[in-house]
Amino acid sequence: MSMSRGGRAVVFLLAACLLAACSSGEQAPFPVSQVASSPVAGDAIVEGTIGEASTLIPILASDSASHAVAGQIYNGLVKYDRNLTITGDLAESFEISADGLTITFHLRRGVTWHDGAPFTSRDVLYTYRVIIDPKTPTAYAEDFKQVKSISSPDDFTVRVTYDKPFAPALASWGTNILPAHLLEGQDITKSPLARKPVGTGPYRFKEWIAGQKIVLDANPAYFEGRPYLDRYIYRIIPDTSTMYMEMKAGAIDLMNLTPVQYARQTTSRLFTSRFNKFRYPSSGYLYMGYNLRHPLFGDKRIRQAITAAIDKKELIHGVLFGMGQKAHGPIVPGRWAYNPDVKDIDYNPKHAGELLASAGWKEKNADGILVKDGKPFQFTILTNQGNQQRLLSAQIIQQRLKYVGIDVKIRIVEWATFLKEYIDKGKFEVVMLAWNISQDPDMYDVWHSSKTNAGELNFIGFKNAEVDRLLVEGRGTFDIEKRKQAYFRIQEILAEEQPYTFLYVPDALPVVSARIRGVEPAPAGIGHNQIKWYVPKNEQVY
Amino acid sequence: MYLLKRILMLIPLMLGITLITFTVIHLAPGEPVEMQMAMNPKVGKDARERLRKFYGLDRPLHEQYVTWVGKLARLDLGRSFSPDNRPVLDKIKERLPVTLSLNIIALLLEFGLAIPIGIMAATHRDTWLDKGITVFVFVGFAVPTFWLALLLMYFFGVKLNWLPISGLHSLGSDNFGTLRYLWDLAKHLVMPVMVASFGSLAGLSRYMRSTMLNVIGQDYITTARAKGLSERVVIYKHALRNALLPLITLLGFSIPGLIGGSVIFETIFAIPGMGQLFYQGAMSRDYPVVMGILVIGAFLTLIGNLIADVCYALADPRIRQS
Repeated sequence: MSMSRGGRAVVFLLAACLLAACSSGEQAPFPVSQVASSPVAGDAIVEGTIGEASTLIPILASDSASHAVAGQIYNGLVKYDRNLTITGDLAESFEISADGLTITFHLRRGVTWHDGAPFTSRDVLYTYRVIIDPKTPTAYAEDFKQVKSISSPDDFTVRVTYDKPFAPALASWGTNILPAHLLEGQDITKSPLARKPVGTGPYRFKEWIAGQKIVLDANPAYFEGRPYLDRYIYRIIPDTSTMYMEMKAGAIDLMNLTPVQYARQTTSRLFTSRFNKFRYPSSGYLYMGYNLRHPLFGDKRIRQAITAAIDKKELIHGVLFGMGQKAHGPIVPGRWAYNPDVKDIDYNPKHAGELLASAGWKEKNADGILVKDGKPFQFTILTNQGNQQRLLSAQIIQQRLKYVGIDVKIRIVEWATFLKEYIDKGKFEVVMLAWNISQDPDMYDVWHSSKTNAGELNFIGFKNAEVDRLLVEGRGTFDIEKRKQAYFRIQEILAEEQPYTFLYVPDALPVVSARIRGVEPAPAGIGHNQIKWYVPKNEQVY
Repeated sequence: MYLLKRILMLIPLMLGITLITFTVIHLAPGEPVEMQMAMNPKVGKDARERLRKFYGLDRPLHEQYVTWVGKLARLDLGRSFSPDNRPVLDKIKERLPVTLSLNIIALLLEFGLAIPIGIMAATHRDTWLDKGITVFVFVGFAVPTFWLALLLMYFFGVKLNWLPISGLHSLGSDNFGTLRYLWDLAKHLVMPVMVASFGSLAGLSRYMRSTMLNVIGQDYITTARAKGLSERVVIYKHALRNALLPLITLLGFSIPGLIGGSVIFETIFAIPGMGQLFYQGAMSRDYPVVMGILVIGAFLTLIGNLIADVCYALADPRIRQS
């Protein structure tokens, strides 16, 4: 999970991608001529990105733009396949011992780094050591600190042992493996690899022109076969309107559309003959979180009432032009941990009124605002600056809550101030934010009662003994059925408690030039088979 | 002696500037560490501490200041507090040429257009031409840059397909010959330069018009006319020279502005300039980058003032001797 700051910046993560379960209504269109030709090598793809990568040593990067590029250049030991199940990547296979304490990876033989050096277990050990080295400024050490011991009996076997079974451990080995022969004994923070990476992945680094573009070349020796497209080019265009025009002018082949672009500006016949649009749920949700330390929100009937007073359908329609679906829990629909039987609180202002009345809010003042003990029902929704979707959502909610007699104010604060002055200090009533969620359903950090200190992620102060126990249970076993039980129950409890009002899951809306064939939407999004994308000979332009 | 005094005075001034710069940026809430690591469940508490230590943010403020100024004195702006951890000087170096050349071209265009427009308006005072020019330049002043930019992009880039929409080079421009490469670059610059200069035309041309009118009203112009000189000679030889003087002062003032870039404008045209670097630096609390750019800007302003003062001194003995 990570916090998404820019709603319009749902950056297209290829390696660690999204999920599908094709959403209601529209089917993603396929290129008509897709079956007619057979794949050939050549041509290039230009992807537009609004953010520039910061460093191409992925363990040092914390932004999605860097990880997107690094994902083309490096591999992990494991990866998520098109259906979001974990499979081997640099590891040909892996075994988990019966007690769940040891994972053994059998590495692929014959894999080479882009400079020709062979890939071995030495690289894996180096990557592990540099991540846990206290001198390395990485954000990803936590999962690896759970490792009790690591060994490599030979060049192509790595054995990792844990103190207790830890389910997110397997996925953590999807971390990009770094070349030991270029980094060992060096200061990784000053390594030239940050600007000129050497990996094992499908594309080799060619050039990076600051602020303009990053160019990658196909790796002819890639272990899964050479990608058909000769080059992969990232063009940095910070403005979505500019990017959209570049795409219409044919200078960009792949970008993410905004909902209004998808729904209104890309529907002409001319456009759909030149581009294929795709649509599937993204891996994040927008929510309104209540500060549970605040007396106003201590009573769950109040939180339920607010949810019942909000029309989520209207939000999706008004803010996302219909490009999204209702959220009613912390797991997005389509994942194995998603509980489809959770009963959401439907939009019903009358029911909201009854709930509020039962909590003691019965009388209304002259302005139509509920009053209890002489105090009006009033709170502020706090959200961060620069995100139009959140502002619009807050405004629609403000209107809806007014109908039931709640006076809502909206306050927009710049991100750094927002974190430091409000979230960390617990100085807020209601926040509107979004979570991007990882493929593994572990959500210990967001919901466990031990994570309520300043700077930790359970900043709303949610404490529930049963959820605590289930969170530990869920991450403490590799048995999917047992995990499912734990996470299903957590979703039921959260639906009842409503510590958040879960608002919506926006859709990811990528668009790809029709020139590029072989794009197949899957639960993992469209990036999973990228090395198989190609352009027929007569349509190649670069 | 005068010069030496002026130069010595720069030292305490520069120190004061560094102190204010440092204080202001550290007063802003939030730290670079927060910006990189907050709201990420994979980040433990000691990961933050680790990063703070790595950037030296765990040390007392005055110590941080002394380290920074010490490096600055050796012309080292330090390393960026972003994950790439690159020297700030490198980051500025790769962006400065773009901003500088774009600003110079735009500045030349502004003055090149504003002077004739101003003269025309002055010599045709209160005619339809004058009024038309006034409306035109004020439209340019009032139109939001981003809106104008988007309209131009749509018209010239998408509809007519005459000009590239954004960026500085076409893909594959590395393989072009020199001429073709420059032609490609020029085409990319047309719209940004147009948009950048259009907005400033109003102020400059109005200024030109009023100084021109002022000069035309002077006695020596009347004398020149009385001598029977042609109107062309009166305006362009006698009047213009004197009317240009204040404008040259104005040109001097715009020199420190040459290294600054507009964020909105650079974002829309995807031009990797100083504006974006500064804005991103400020938003992610990348102290060394922000402080570096501020200090360079302040330094250039001081140098600009110094040069102006020296020039005045050269021109006017009264200043030299006081």
